[in-house]
Amino acid sequence: MKQDIHAIEVHNLTVSYDGRPVLWDIDFNLECGKIIGVIGPNGSGKTTSLKAIMGLLKPSSGFVKIFGKSLDEVRDRVAYVPQRESVDWDFPASVLDVVLMGRYRGTNLFRRSNKTDLEIALQSIAKVGLTEFKDRQISQLSGGQQQRVFIARALAQQADLYLMDEPFVGVDAATESAILSLLQEMKNQGKTVLIIHHDLQTVSDYFDYLVLLNTRLIAKGEPHEVLTKENLSNAYGGQLTLLSKIVDLIRQNEFPVREKGVDL
Amino acid sequence: MNDFFTILTASIVAINCALLGVFLLLRKMAMVGDAISHAVLPGIVIAYYFSGEKGSVLLLVGATLSGVLATFVIDLFSRKARVQGDAAIGMTYTLLFAVGMILIATLMQGNADIDQECVLYGDIALVNMDKIIIDDNLYIGPRALYTELVAGLVVFGSIIVGFKGFKLLSFNEDFAKSVGIKTSRWHYYLMGLVALTTVVAFEVVGAVLVVGFLIIPPATAQLVTHKLKAMLVWACVFGVLAVIAGYMAAVYFNVSITGAMVTVSGSVFALVFGIMRLRRSKSAKSVIAAEI
Repeated sequence: MKQDIHAIEVHNLTVSYDGRPVLWDIDFNLECGKIIGVIGPNGSGKTTSLKAIMGLLKPSSGFVKIFGKSLDEVRDRVAYVPQRESVDWDFPASVLDVVLMGRYRGTNLFRRSNKTDLEIALQSIAKVGLTEFKDRQISQLSGGQQQRVFIARALAQQADLYLMDEPFVGVDAATESAILSLLQEMKNQGKTVLIIHHDLQTVSDYFDYLVLLNTRLIAKGEPHEVLTKENLSNAYGGQLTLLSKIVDLIRQNEFPVREKGVDL
Repeated sequence: MNDFFTILTASIVAINCALLGVFLLLRKMAMVGDAISHAVLPGIVIAYYFSGEKGSVLLLVGATLSGVLATFVIDLFSRKARVQGDAAIGMTYTLLFAVGMILIATLMQGNADIDQECVLYGDIALVNMDKIIIDDNLYIGPRALYTELVAGLVVFGSIIVGFKGFKLLSFNEDFAKSVGIKTSRWHYYLMGLVALTTVVAFEVVGAVLVVGFLIIPPATAQLVTHKLKAMLVWACVFGVLAVIAGYMAAVYFNVSITGAMVTVSGSVFALVFGIMRLRRSKSAKSVIAAEI
C-alpha cells in the first residue's frame, strides 16, 4: 500500500552555531519504507541534520515534520541511534542494561522495567546476534559489537522510523553484514531507515535513496541520479583524486565484479 | 557516645556524597561538584544573615538555590559566552566563593557561628556542641545528625525513584532527549541534590573537603565493579570505611578529623588501584602461560 504521508519532511531548515550556518536552507521529503543515505564530506552538516530532525538542536529557521506531524506527537515511532563515539563505553552497564534503555519513555521512567520490556530487549539482542554477550559489560565488547548494542536498543523501541548516525564506522565485516541484513528485514516490514554514511564506495549498494549535503543540499534522489561527477564535485570540491576514484568505483558498480572476470 | 555520634553523622555525609558522586563521576562532572560546594557559600551567608540560625529551612533553601544557580551560570558561560567548560567552572565558583568571603567579612563580623575557617574546613569535632535534648535530659544526638538524616532520606529516595532517569542521563543524554525525557529537569534536579548535600555537609566537613567525599569513594568503587547498582553500594562502603578509619587515625595521631578521613579515602583508592593492577597482571600472565 502506498502511503501519501512522508516519513520525514524537512522544510527550509537552517541550523547555525555561533552565527555560522552549518546547514543552509535544506529541503527534502523522504518516502516511507526506504533505506535512505545521507552523505557528504566531513563537516557538511550530516550529524547536525539528524540532530535537528530529532529535536536535539534548535534550528534557526525552518521546520521538520515526521509522518506529517510534529516530533512530539510521534516520538514513540522514531528511534535514534547516536554515533558510537558519543558515549563513554566504560559506563557500568551490561548489554542488556543498555538495550533495556530502548524501552524507556518520558512517561515510564518511574516504574520498573517489566516482563514485556525484558522480552522485547532479549529479542532485539538476538536479532543483532549478541545473545551470548547479553550480560557482558559494554566496555568489554569490540567496536562492532558496541554498534550492534546501539542498534538493538533502537530495535527495542519498536519504531517505524530509524535515524542512525554512522553505524558502519569502524565495524568488522560480521557487524556490517548483520546490520545490512537487518536493514533489509526492516525495509520488508515497511520501516523507514535514515543513515548517515561517509563511505562513497558502498552507497549505491546500501541505499534506495540519497541525500547529498554540503551545508546546502547538493542533490537528492536515487543513487544513480545523485552520484554524478558534477554533484560530487559540488559537494567534495577540489578533492580531485578522491573524486576520480569515486567515479571509477561507481562505474565499476554498474558492471558487477564477476562480469569483469569474464572480460579478462 | 560523642565519638559514636560524630562517626555516625560523618558516615551519613559520606553516604549522601557517595551516592550523588557516582552520577557526577559518570557524567564527567566531578569538578561541577567542586564548583557547587564552593558556590553555596554566598547563599549560606545571606540566608544565615536573615534567619540568624544555622539549622533553618531558609538557610537550606537559599544555599541550595545558590548552588544550582552556579551550575546554571556555568552552563550559560560555556554555551552562550563560548568559554571553555573547565574555564567556565573555574570562573563561576571562584567568583561566587569570593562574594561569599566578602559577605562573611562584612555581614558576619564578630559572629562565632560562621567564620572562614569553619566554612573551608568544617568543624566535625564541634558537631556535638549543638545537641538535641528531649525530656530535659535525654540526649538523642547532635542536630547535624538529624539534618544529615533528612537530607539522606531525600537523596536516597530520589535515587531509588529516579534511578532509570539518572542512569540514562548519565550514559547517553542525547538518546534520553530523543525518547522524550526532559533531560534539563533531571540535570537540575541532580544539581539541586548535590547542592543540598554540600550545604548540609558544610558545617561538618567544610566546603573544600566535601569534594573528597563526593568523588574519591565513587572513583574507588569504579575500580572494583562494572555494575551501576554495585558501584553505588561500593561507593557507600568506601565512604563509610574512610570515615571510621579516618576518625580513629585522627584521634590516634591527634590531627584534623576531616583531613584524616579524606586522606584515608585517597589511600584506600591507591590501595584498591594497586590491588586491581596486581590481579590483572597476574591473570594476564596466567592467560599467556596457558597459551604457551
